[in-house]
Amino acid sequence: MSDNHILTVDHLMMRFGGIVAVNDLSFAAERGKITALIGPNGAGKTTVFNCITGFYRPSGGAIRLTHDDGRTIQLERLNDFRIAKRAKVARTFQNIRLFPGMTALENLMVAQHNALMRASGLTFLGLIGVPSWRSAERAAIDLARAWLTRVGLLDRADDAAGNLPYGDQRRLEIARAMCTEPALLCLDEPAAGLNARESGALNELLLSIRADQGTSILLIEHDMSVVMEISDHVVVMDYGVKIAEGTPQAVRDDPKVIAAYLGADEEEAIAVMESAT
Amino acid sequence: MSVTPAATSHASQPSGAAFIFKKALISAVVALVLFSLMIGVRTEAGNQGGLIYWTRFGDLAAMVGVVFGGSIIVELLRQWWGPVGTIRVVPPQVQATMAFAGRWLATALLVFTFLVPVIFYDQRYILDLGILVLTYVMLGWGLNVVVGLAGLLDLGYVAFYAVGAYSYALLATYFDLSFWVCLPLAGILAAFWGVLLGFPVLRLRGDYLAIVTLAFGEIIRLVIINWQSLTGGPNGVSGIPRPTLFGIPLDNSDNGLAAKLGIEFSPTHRIVFLFYLILAMALLTNWVTIRLRRLPIGRAWEALREDEVACRALGINTTTTKLTAFATGAMFGGLAGAFFATRQGFISPESFTFQESALVLAIVVLGGMGSQLGVALAALAMIGGFELFRGFDQYRMLVFGMAMVFLMIWRPRGLIGHRAPTVFLERSQAISSDLVKEGHG
Ligand SMILES: Nc1ncnc2c1ncn2[C@@H]1O[C@H](COP(=O)(O)OP(=O)(O)OP(=O)(O)O)[C@@H](O)[C@H]1O
Ligand SMILES: [Mg+2]
Repeated sequence: MSDNHILTVDHLMMRFGGIVAVNDLSFAAERGKITALIGPNGAGKTTVFNCITGFYRPSGGAIRLTHDDGRTIQLERLNDFRIAKRAKVARTFQNIRLFPGMTALENLMVAQHNALMRASGLTFLGLIGVPSWRSAERAAIDLARAWLTRVGLLDRADDAAGNLPYGDQRRLEIARAMCTEPALLCLDEPAAGLNARESGALNELLLSIRADQGTSILLIEHDMSVVMEISDHVVVMDYGVKIAEGTPQAVRDDPKVIAAYLGADEEEAIAVMESAT
Repeated sequence: MSVTPAATSHASQPSGAAFIFKKALISAVVALVLFSLMIGVRTEAGNQGGLIYWTRFGDLAAMVGVVFGGSIIVELLRQWWGPVGTIRVVPPQVQATMAFAGRWLATALLVFTFLVPVIFYDQRYILDLGILVLTYVMLGWGLNVVVGLAGLLDLGYVAFYAVGAYSYALLATYFDLSFWVCLPLAGILAAFWGVLLGFPVLRLRGDYLAIVTLAFGEIIRLVIINWQSLTGGPNGVSGIPRPTLFGIPLDNSDNGLAAKLGIEFSPTHRIVFLFYLILAMALLTNWVTIRLRRLPIGRAWEALREDEVACRALGINTTTTKLTAFATGAMFGGLAGAFFATRQGFISPESFTFQESALVLAIVVLGGMGSQLGVALAALAMIGGFELFRGFDQYRMLVFGMAMVFLMIWRPRGLIGHRAPTVFLERSQAISSDLVKEGHG
């Protein structure tokens, strides 16, 4: 079974001065599955994401990514943009980070930067407009158009991203991440701020990405309806450590999980209880 | 629950008579404190060498009154026509008119520019002024790549202008290379220095970046002054060869162009040639920039200006992206510098002071960061206008300061503030300037 893990996090540690944000965390995400990372506010979920995607250098531990072809990459040794470029890990942000002054289409074109850069002969061939560059550009626009259609934003393609409603921005950010053609997609609270209808649409989108693209998804989410409905495996964190792991049903009934949510925040505990009934 | 980022980014500004009055009153008090000693009391050395003084409270009151009234007017203008009302989309009619006017204006301007040497053939002054304006248009377009597209505030742009000018001057005088060989070399050398500047400032942002680039500009100038054996120090380099029409000199000699064509020699030939030369170079800059914007590198520059963190999450190498922006901008600066050297025939460090950097940056900011037409218009207004107001003597600086202040009140994002998308599916619509980021360094 273990050879079917796309991501293995091994004794991950992340300290900020005296604060231990992530403490000896180990878990694995299965290939082609949706893995959810949940926990009360400040549990260290976003910090884990930042370690995986190279925004933080872990204080200790290992993060291993295994591609379909068996190639293994130690993510904690790569940094910065190389994780997205070489390891094919894409992410979205808890507080949306689109390019607000560029159109939705342009956002998706920027996401295809590395492929287009190669096609444009590091700009020189593109500058003189050789045919191979033109066809690569058309293909990129087609890919962007396909993703805009999938997230239901085709008619807003030429609008500035900063002008889109909040829910549309969330979906555009996912489409932008998918345009990098990732092996692993990391989503930080994609349902935050969405209404019930929108989060239902999000569920369908994520399920279709898993089914059609075969992309493995790692998901941070507070919205339990999303977590319970679509995730295959749930990892629960509190104060930087893993307190439970298993199927959504098993985690939901785990007394430690309920206690963590009860101790942390009454509202969230109620939310967990409600979605459990 | 959901917080729209659009709503939070634009804090509503207070308005109303009380607010305006309060603001004007504060300005008046500040003016009173400042001017009470500067204007209110006048001192002079008396006959016996003692200090005599007298008061000028009338003048002081007038000054404070002007400040009070002026600040009310400015505030009213700002509230009525300023960008306070959050129009997030440029209205379609306005957009259509602007697009039409823009296209029309750009074409008209271009045709007119081509005809300038024909219309003003006898007016040497106008031709010289035209060459000067076009040089600044080219510099503005070059700096626009760095500041307008990539959002990296560069206060030392003149350094690359200097590198280009000295590259040509020294290569031509020491090695006898022709202008057409030196021109690309000057561009390459300037681009190389652009990368050199880029490395140390990669991690810097905003004010820090501005200060380091400013220092870089000064360092280059000081090196030129002090490296006497190579650059001639403060004396500069003289006797820089004039450009040739692919080897045919434009002078009075037997194998000059006039003699070859069998027409009478006139010094204007060279001026006209220089005019078309800088026009061609500026248009090349423009063409390359427009192409680059539609290529992945140009989009990455703009994305970098919008959000650097998001760029990294998409696998964009922000280091090389920044360096290429610096190098491209520097290359155009260097080419313009080589032209400057060949036009002047003499260069010295005095031509490459911080003032030049500030002027070019002002052109870019005034034109609307990122807009090609805006930068051209701003260069025309700044350089041409400056000459126009020569009659005002020392007041022209004042006039220009005022004009810039008012322009920044009405159009804080420059003459042409909105951004045109680089690619579209259905229709290209301008993006309102308040969505477009200015970059953070
Ligand atoms: N750059 C940093 N410097 C210092 N402390 C940090 C940093 N980033 C995160 N932390 C701390 O690490 C802890 C975990 O934060 P993190 O953002 O990972 O929580 P989270 O689980 O994502 O919470 P939320 O559900 O609110 O998003 C917090 O105590 C936070 O203050
Ligand atoms: Mg978080």
